[in-house]
Amino acid sequence: MIVFLIKRLANAALVMLVVALMAFMIFRFVGDPIQLMVNEQTSQAERDALRERLGLNESVVMQYLRFVGNAVQGDFGISYRNQQEVMSLIAERFPATIELVLMATIISLVVGVPLGVITAIHRRKWYSEALQFVSIIGVSLPSFVIGILLILVFSVMLNIAPAFGRGDVVSIGWWTTGLLTPSGRAALILPSIALSFYQITLVMRLVRAEMLEVLRSDFIKFARARGVPAWRVHYSHALRNCLMPVVTMTAMNIGSLIAFALITETVFQWPGMGLLFIQAVTFVDIPVMAAYLCIVSFIFVALNTLVDITYALIDPRLRNSKA
Amino acid sequence: MILRTTLLAGVALACLATTGTAQTLRWGAARDINSLDPYSYGSTFTISFLNHVYEGLVRYDADLKIEPALATEWEVMPNNIWRFKLRQGVKFHDGAEFTADDVVASLARVSHPDSPLKGNLPAYKSATKVDDYTVDIELVGTYPLLLNDLTNIHMFDAGWLKEHNAEVPTDVAKKVEGYPTFNANGTGPFIVESRVPDSKTILVANTGWWDAPKHNLERIEFTPISSEATRVAALLSGEIDFTEKAPVQDLPRLAAAPNVKVMEGNELRTIMFGFNFQDKLHNGEPNLFKDKKMREAVGLAIDLNLIRDKVMRGKSRVTGTVVAPAIPGYDPALDTPPAYDPEKAAAMIKELGAEGYAFEIMCSNDLWVNEEEICNALVSMLTRVGLAPRLNIAPNAVQQVKLTNGEADMFAFGWANEPMLDSYSILLQTFQTKSENAGVFNWGGWSYPEMDKLIIAASTELDREKRLALQSAALKIVKDESIMLPFHQQPMAWATSDKVESVVQLSDNKGRHWLTRMAE
Repeated sequence: MIVFLIKRLANAALVMLVVALMAFMIFRFVGDPIQLMVNEQTSQAERDALRERLGLNESVVMQYLRFVGNAVQGDFGISYRNQQEVMSLIAERFPATIELVLMATIISLVVGVPLGVITAIHRRKWYSEALQFVSIIGVSLPSFVIGILLILVFSVMLNIAPAFGRGDVVSIGWWTTGLLTPSGRAALILPSIALSFYQITLVMRLVRAEMLEVLRSDFIKFARARGVPAWRVHYSHALRNCLMPVVTMTAMNIGSLIAFALITETVFQWPGMGLLFIQAVTFVDIPVMAAYLCIVSFIFVALNTLVDITYALIDPRLRNSKA
Repeated sequence: MILRTTLLAGVALACLATTGTAQTLRWGAARDINSLDPYSYGSTFTISFLNHVYEGLVRYDADLKIEPALATEWEVMPNNIWRFKLRQGVKFHDGAEFTADDVVASLARVSHPDSPLKGNLPAYKSATKVDDYTVDIELVGTYPLLLNDLTNIHMFDAGWLKEHNAEVPTDVAKKVEGYPTFNANGTGPFIVESRVPDSKTILVANTGWWDAPKHNLERIEFTPISSEATRVAALLSGEIDFTEKAPVQDLPRLAAAPNVKVMEGNELRTIMFGFNFQDKLHNGEPNLFKDKKMREAVGLAIDLNLIRDKVMRGKSRVTGTVVAPAIPGYDPALDTPPAYDPEKAAAMIKELGAEGYAFEIMCSNDLWVNEEEICNALVSMLTRVGLAPRLNIAPNAVQQVKLTNGEADMFAFGWANEPMLDSYSILLQTFQTKSENAGVFNWGGWSYPEMDKLIIAASTELDREKRLALQSAALKIVKDESIMLPFHQQPMAWATSDKVESVVQLSDNKGRHWLTRMAE
């Protein structure tokens, strides 16, 4: 188990190093931060001096090594645009993104699982077919379109939910939460629905496929034969047996939701990590971009590792496998 | 079930949220300010927002003329020294008194070698305290535009800077945060109550302001909303009271809404197109744009009125010169664009042997209003007269690098003459021959010694009329030589909710909410 963990940690470190290297290779093509940092009246000599001081004249490899060297000591530098420490900038935004992602995940489960069961049980009925069709829209509509539609309907026409921001937040230690204030909860509604759309479809389709599989198995037939009521067969026996893959997929997908959230965050001006990243890109804020990419890749690796560990605990055969 | 209850909760909340106090201005901006430190990043928007909190020695009045602010009077003394008398009885937000020491400390901070705003005070040499309310500013030479520069140099409290170890500007290269990035202590009409970057910055009225307030605001809640659609939605649903950037394509819809008022005008920024003057194009072919005839032919081929009517939806102001009418040095005699004559342009191009001439037009997709559409229209107009332009379009951050390296054959360019508000700005930075201290934006590499002479003469001419005459003469060369083809002054559009009674909108496109009044 310990060897497994160490292997996984080494793995994670490697992934982050590679992501950072690729990031630094791309940064050369994002543009020149100096043009945006100084004012129109600045002379060329002053611009060159600033570029020199920031080390932007060095080769990509040197910049990368310097970044890694500092990052190992926990120093990600300070943002060109905000002049704040990158780590505290990201830490400030982290709770917003996590709250949004968790809320979207909860919505996707609460809505997706029952829909999946219904479409599996009544699979020839017109409403199942309709739900199946609507779910295609859920996966194929880009999330900014969903976001703007939600804003149009619920903010502009009905005026029942705020169109932007996070409302008032309460600080608990370094964590900030909007769940404890009325305006914070109201602000969470539209973005989390927008973000959960794609996920709802996934959960629904997965549950449906698993249910159809399970409903064909012998123990369901026996249960029916014994005269167990239909709702109990479906919701207790069958559903319980198809939840494992749903839980796995949901856990793994939290990583992608964090990454995807940047579009939702931009539409709703949700002050999370994604919004920070998008702004860092427009301002060529290299320290912020580099740190964000490393942290998101770390979250991905960590979630995968957690899932793997859970599997290894359940299935001892995985512990010794070379893969 | 959970979903339904949260939705219901939302309904109840939204009802509560709409009943705010009438004297709070909720400002939904297109972007956040970078920092609370005005000397941190070369951003005109950040500085103009912080002008609510910090003030300079002088400021612009409602006609963009310079008027006294923290200084009451000034005189030019021998040896390039300017003597400023300071306003007495002015207090910083923390109660400290404003004196000559504060001016000296602020000027030292902004002119520090690490300061990104150093370029805003190009002629500054040193400042000395004469007595508590008198300061001498020494310049490197005769220089007429010191007052213009000082409008944007905000005054800090020397003691506050010292106490928080912030006497030098925050240097990104040193990787240390600065106290003024998160805190503010100015003399201005509003006090910073709190700030959460990217979500909300709250200002409250400064009851001890030295000037008689014309506004009736108690609070300003400033929220960046970068997505245009969301900003429009927030205005329509009454969640914000003011935006300084209403998207051009949504103006008819906003104007039709009963609770929204749209304020339109033309800003100072002039959009123009420039040419490469090197021997070869970026693709290695010989550069025909070095020939003035070729540039003139391109000018004749462009239907500026069509661009205004179709692309800019009638909102832009077509111009024949590279500076806006409000900019000193503007000459109405130059403000006639070349008459649109595609036949003549085609004939000239044929004569020059430039039929089918392939070159690139470099544009950004995120910089000027409808820039992408302008560039597309330009490509089709130039194709019609026999040229073969190709559009090279990408985000500004990417294009800037190529432009600086002189890789563009023809390029879009915009200049507002901020913060100086004088045509000297564009002449020095764009039209003068490229050198260490001039021509940073001379991306085509042009050089006109007779124009350089005029610009250099203007830079030391203290007589305003004579100086502006020199600058107008230089602008005439720009036009006669077709170095750049001016297109238009961009539209600016603000929008307010019906809770706002009056907002002052000047052509520099800056919010001045110390003049804003809400409906009582």
